[in-house]
Amino acid sequence: MEIRKQKTEKGMLVSVSGRLDAVTSPDFDKEMEGCIAGGDTVLVVDLQGLEYISSAGLRSILAVTKKLKARNGKIVLASLQNMVKEVFEISGFSKILPIFSSKEEALSQL
Amino acid sequence: MEALKKPARMEHLEEMLAFVSTRAREKGMAEKRILEVELALEESLVNIINYAYPDKDGTVEIRCVPSGEGKLLIEIRDQGIPFDIFSMSAPDLDAVVEERAVGGLGIYLIRQLTRVAEYRREGRTNVLSLLF
Repeated sequence: MEIRKQKTEKGMLVSVSGRLDAVTSPDFDKEMEGCIAGGDTVLVVDLQGLEYISSAGLRSILAVTKKLKARNGKIVLASLQNMVKEVFEISGFSKILPIFSSKEEALSQL
Repeated sequence: MEALKKPARMEHLEEMLAFVSTRAREKGMAEKRILEVELALEESLVNIINYAYPDKDGTVEIRCVPSGEGKLLIEIRDQGIPFDIFSMSAPDLDAVVEERAVGGLGIYLIRQLTRVAEYRREGRTNVLSLLF
């Protein structure tokens, strides 16, 4: 898994690629905690390059969502692909999280 | 029948998933379906790694059992405490974020992504049988 962060006027753009699973999700958690600790409470998570997610990854996304809500912050997801999109649908996560088809669209909605 | 036996530890997870995805690829499965197979495997293995051996080290074995054309039958075997993961209740998929608990989600995903998912106890061995 690789995470890249880019500050934008609307919020922090976080691009995640590779695999978000039981092995890599602790690193994702640390990165997200770093964002929140640094005062970033609006996150756009771009999953264009994410090819695989498991329940450990879903759990991490849910955890950061709850933390941001508690701080009146916000998280939006963008560009879910193939298997990742399917797992969000099966698990019901696509119903409880704001998801956009591209990071541009996500940023424009903030 | 091909098999792989490893210590039930997180550091071996990726190797175990790669073992199965290689077999799935040999069977000509589509790449998206292979990722689904890996997901069901990961959920099963993480459960064993985290809970099967609370007081000692143990192993987990993956067997690729010969099955019909276009099918993949995987058996996951451990000698940990008896645990039928399918006795767990399903998650509430309609709960809002604040109320959403993720327990049981992995097992729900296993059920959704397999044709058949069954647990049985053979002597001192837990056997999880997943048909894709």
